[in-house]
Amino acid sequence: MLIGKQSWIFQSKPAIIATGVSGGPFEREGLLPEAFDILHDDLWMEEPSYEQAHRLLIEEAVEVALKKANLTNDDIQFIIAGDLINQITPTSFAARTLGIPYFGIFGACSTSMEGLALSAFIVNNKGANYIVTGAASHNAAAERQFRYPTEYGGQKPPTAQWTVTGAGFAIVSHSTPNQTEFPKITCATIGKVVDLGISDPFNMGGAMAPAAVDTIKTHLKDTGRKITDYDLIVTGDLGKIGYSVALDLLHGDGLNIPEEKFKDCGLLLYRDDQPVQAGASGAASSATVIYGHLLKQMKAGVYKKILCVATGALLSPLTVQQKETIPCIAHAVSIEMDS
Amino acid sequence: MGKSKKKKSKTPEQQQYAQFEQKHEIKRPVVRNCVVAFLVGGTICVIGQAISYFYIYFFNFTEQTAGNPTVATLIFLSMLLTGFGVYDRIGQFAGAGSAVPVTGFGNAVISASIEHRTEGFVLGVGGNMFKLAGSVILFGVFSAFVVALIKTLIMKWVGV
Repeated sequence: MLIGKQSWIFQSKPAIIATGVSGGPFEREGLLPEAFDILHDDLWMEEPSYEQAHRLLIEEAVEVALKKANLTNDDIQFIIAGDLINQITPTSFAARTLGIPYFGIFGACSTSMEGLALSAFIVNNKGANYIVTGAASHNAAAERQFRYPTEYGGQKPPTAQWTVTGAGFAIVSHSTPNQTEFPKITCATIGKVVDLGISDPFNMGGAMAPAAVDTIKTHLKDTGRKITDYDLIVTGDLGKIGYSVALDLLHGDGLNIPEEKFKDCGLLLYRDDQPVQAGASGAASSATVIYGHLLKQMKAGVYKKILCVATGALLSPLTVQQKETIPCIAHAVSIEMDS
Repeated sequence: MGKSKKKKSKTPEQQQYAQFEQKHEIKRPVVRNCVVAFLVGGTICVIGQAISYFYIYFFNFTEQTAGNPTVATLIFLSMLLTGFGVYDRIGQFAGAGSAVPVTGFGNAVISASIEHRTEGFVLGVGGNMFKLAGSVILFGVFSAFVVALIKTLIMKWVGV
């Protein structure tokens, strides 16, 4: 049901009944290896190309989620997913393997929450019993498309971010009120495209921060919730610069959120001594951390109510070379545990 | 249909945000980068000089002719380092220090070739090998032409 200007309330509270998360070698060395169900030792993953390795990550994550939920591909009505590669071929090719009716979506790094919001909406309106949704990215595949060849010796500035190799998928289904073991999706806010004139592709956090803040503010306004209603507000991949900008913008608007209740997936995934500059980015940043790490923490009772704000930079290598600024977007989904 | 003039000016809101955002940016450590680039670039040149002497003393090369085998050897080394996945790490550490010498040119060529191997030898490797280095060749040749032109004109008119 529409509430406010651009938000949905899901009265039936669709549940996330299972998740599957896969990752690469860099994620294994990071802070959250336990968030991943499958971790690969190298970026090729025994595939002939990075793009095919990318496809494999998606297939594996979906298979793990299905196995955990005790479901087969035939039980699933739709898969709603996307990635960063041109024409989202890794996701489409994975959908070919999986044989599940498919919605391909592109929201850059905001794809995870775009997919989750759409899935919850469809399930809430009885358009499906089970939907698989998620997002994926592959460091080397993204690097060669958006930047330089992986072995090129260019120096990245400290504002640059590291694309996550991984895929995070969740199965969304109906819930009953007495089911307390599953995290439930209660509302979502679809963001609008915000462009405050940043054109440096090596500073995407700085470009995306205003979009995240805009969506958080709209979410609170639309739903009538307060920032204190949430145990945690987590952004997708703002990185160090974007995070501090967003925090400052929120405080400037009188939303005094304490630092421990405002986190960024891009800052949770890697160790400080890994060469990731300002933090993680990529469609898998929010997908792996939320589905692999934060939902586990919710089930463990650390958080009861979180707002996941996945942020996306809607650029292409072409628009960067044509000196265009970077339009950005953020989608927010509220996930809660019934007590 | 005329070309629409692209407005370069930003809106006041965007200008305000740019200033605000700047304060949060982590600045490039320019002094550190310059010092490291100088040291690493210098080291690569010292190695090049040593290779050059090697060819002069052990083979029949003169100071004028030792240049070609020296460059070839350096590019070969840079290609090995690129193939083994080391050169991009040196690049992140050294910046211009490893990009400006001829080894950086070798790295730009070989990294693109390795990268596009998955698209086949002709359209992949062949078509993309000079993706990065192509502009170096174009503007290198063009600036050499301009310098040669200036030199020729000066010699003709001034008679130096």
